[in-house]
Amino acid sequence: MLSYIIKRLLQLVPVLLGMTFIVFLIIRAIPGNPAQVILGQQATPEAVAALTAKLGLDQPWYIQYFDYLGGILKGDLGDSMRTRLPVADEIWPYLAATLELALFAIIIAVIVGINAGIISAWFQNSWFDYTAMILALVGVSMPIFWLGLMGQWAFALELQWLPTTGREEVRDPITAITNLYVIDTIIQGRFDQLWQVIRHLILPGLALATIPMAIIARMTRSSMLEVMRSDYVRTARAKGQKMFWVVYKHALKNAIIPVLTIIGLQMGMLLGGAILTETIFAWPGIGRYIYEAINYRDYPVIQSGILIVAFIFVMINLVVDLLYGLIDPRIKYD
Amino acid sequence: MKKRKLWAFALMLLLVLSTALAACGSDSGDGEKKPDGDKGKDNAGSANQTLVFGRGGDSTSLDPSRVTEGETFKVTVNLYETLLNFGEEDTTVQPGLAKEWDTSEDGLTYTFTLQEGVKFHDGTDFNAEAVVKNFDRWANGDADKFPYYSSMFGGFKDDPERVIDTVTAEGDNTVVMTLTRPQAPFLKNIAMSMFAIASPTAFEKGDDEFERNPVGTGPFKFVEWKPNETITIEKNTDYWQEGLPKLDKVIFKTIPDNSARLNELLNGGIDLADGINPADGKRIEGDDKLQLFERPSMNVGYLGLTVTRPPFDKKEVRQAMNYAIDKQTILDSFFEGRADSAKNPMPPSISGYNDAIEEYPYDPEKAKELLAAAGLADGFEMDLWAMPVPRPYMPDGAKVAEVIQKNLADIGVKANIVSYEWATYLDKASKGEADAFMLGWTGDNGDADNFIYVLLDEDNIGSNNYTYYKNDDLHKLLIEAQTEVDEDKRNELYKQAQEIIHEEAPWVPLAHSTPLIGGAKELTGYVPHPTGSDLLSNVEFQ
Repeated sequence: MLSYIIKRLLQLVPVLLGMTFIVFLIIRAIPGNPAQVILGQQATPEAVAALTAKLGLDQPWYIQYFDYLGGILKGDLGDSMRTRLPVADEIWPYLAATLELALFAIIIAVIVGINAGIISAWFQNSWFDYTAMILALVGVSMPIFWLGLMGQWAFALELQWLPTTGREEVRDPITAITNLYVIDTIIQGRFDQLWQVIRHLILPGLALATIPMAIIARMTRSSMLEVMRSDYVRTARAKGQKMFWVVYKHALKNAIIPVLTIIGLQMGMLLGGAILTETIFAWPGIGRYIYEAINYRDYPVIQSGILIVAFIFVMINLVVDLLYGLIDPRIKYD
Repeated sequence: MKKRKLWAFALMLLLVLSTALAACGSDSGDGEKKPDGDKGKDNAGSANQTLVFGRGGDSTSLDPSRVTEGETFKVTVNLYETLLNFGEEDTTVQPGLAKEWDTSEDGLTYTFTLQEGVKFHDGTDFNAEAVVKNFDRWANGDADKFPYYSSMFGGFKDDPERVIDTVTAEGDNTVVMTLTRPQAPFLKNIAMSMFAIASPTAFEKGDDEFERNPVGTGPFKFVEWKPNETITIEKNTDYWQEGLPKLDKVIFKTIPDNSARLNELLNGGIDLADGINPADGKRIEGDDKLQLFERPSMNVGYLGLTVTRPPFDKKEVRQAMNYAIDKQTILDSFFEGRADSAKNPMPPSISGYNDAIEEYPYDPEKAKELLAAAGLADGFEMDLWAMPVPRPYMPDGAKVAEVIQKNLADIGVKANIVSYEWATYLDKASKGEADAFMLGWTGDNGDADNFIYVLLDEDNIGSNNYTYYKNDDLHKLLIEAQTEVDEDKRNELYKQAQEIIHEEAPWVPLAHSTPLIGGAKELTGYVPHPTGSDLLSNVEFQ
């Protein structure tokens, strides 16, 4: 097990290296000089040239790349060109905001998605099954920004139940400790603020959860249907087991493996979906951080931001792979 | 048994769904909704004088001298003060930290008499020495550190092109500045929010430290900055102007999406929202809890014709474009009437505007004649660049481009609409790669030079003169106007410049728009400023 983990981690090195290289080349292929963007429309050509040199952008690309790589090995993710702060120092609040939102979304998606899938499979071809699957189809096809704006309109404007944008009630700001506001408010014993944080999470969380929820529900259903037809389920039924236990204990265990794979992939997708959600809901997360860096041509932020997101993505995959073994002891790591 | 459970569950689900659907179907738009109970919005009386200002982007820095983007100045104009101020609603020069100023006959020496008894937020005294230290800091910098200083004052300490020669203190309350050459808009430049006077104690700790811990003399003090989320400033209780500011706190909240920002305003989550789409103006006017503010126009939206790319090297073709485009339809359709038709490269509020110029009428026949005269009776094919982002001077580039495309088709010109992501668009356009491109400009200091010279003079080819238009007579006029201190003579020069531009037609000027801001009904004392940076010291909730 441990040797497997170490092997997997070692395999990550070339993957992440290759990724830094590709991202590095792609962002330099985008037209637009960061120095020009930073200095604005008013800038004199001399000023642009001076800043270009200062940022090291007049060097050949391979020298720039190895400088960047050397920095990473020393734990230096570079400095943002726009804010002039080290990326390593400024990235955590953004990352925390996205993690909080993504975790919230994935928890909703998993709970609702798996249960809807199970019930659909259990009562195959019932009206619940049809309704759930139609809703899932609609959910998968729904653009996030439309869903987000509709959610704002219905629950924030018309019903006035929930806030529209942001992470907190700005008139009563939260003192950030870990930047995960759910945890911060609990630490400080500010349960009124915790309630506000949760209220702010609901709309963007649901908007972000819709697509994975639908995908998880469909996957669970088809996976369950397959298992339900198997011999051991019939045996369990014949032994007089309650259907509920048969479904949730025996069948689910075997059916969940492909669903786990999907959940892992969807968590990666969430980080992508976060850009739109974060824009609509003014959520100060990593998606918007990278997106704005692209608009500003802030190379170090784009490179390191994507590197960190990619790292999280591959770690999630590793965790999913390890979970298989816990659920199904027949899966061996060697 | 199990069946019954499922039925119960299904019924629950149905209930939840139908409630949601009913909510979606309920009547909207009457604005009769109660504000959210736990929003803490009790703006009746002075119980809660906290203003939440929603805007599209976060600031880059809180040191206004180091950046070029408006989102920074919106905040810093309330933290810092400049030696001179602009008028409340215009760009006339008014007293600021300097209560009086005096210009020598030759326009080379300026003497400023400072307000007394003013202190910076950190307790440091504001005096002549502090002003000198600020100007020294900039003069010892370089163009990538203080971009505006170099573009407005020609250069730094040892630069032969520099405008400011020396800045010296005479006693505690007098500052004398000498210039290397007269500069007509000098006082207007001094009033720009980039040249804010900061506490030397604060910036001597280091520039990078300082831009996150701003210390000025302004009506508000800095509290905290949560990047991409909020910037909070609070009342400066020791402010030197009696009775100001009226608000206790201002929170600038970043909401990038225009629709979401409008939703937040309607919902009461924010008290002011800038960047309101013209299409949403009516909705705000019709809501009895809100009011709509119009920012005086200091911008121009235009279609630039790159004169180095045939057939736009021919004057007749450029004029034909001016006759071919139906500006009125564009204004009615996309600006909702909240813009004036443009005929010059600068708005009428700017001193030196030439109102005698006769606007090119919409006349497709005349356009065809001109094309025929240029040997293009059969028309031609071109790329039309459409702006990818909404800007105050161009709310919807893609749709406006479609109207222009249709107008051009009517005179036999086939326009292919192309668009790029914003930074790419500007980069490629500045290299002269566009046949015709949509763009605009918002003025910095309300001076004609900041429009005509910046956008159409040969000196700015490769930076802001994207049309590559070059004209020696125009250049002479503009250079002369820069040093002409007699206002009337100077305006005359600009009027001649506008005649040349009108005749030569490197642009199709489209519109001077009125940017919109939505606000809560209870707000008073808010006056939007044409520069886009609003001083909030007089604002309060009634």
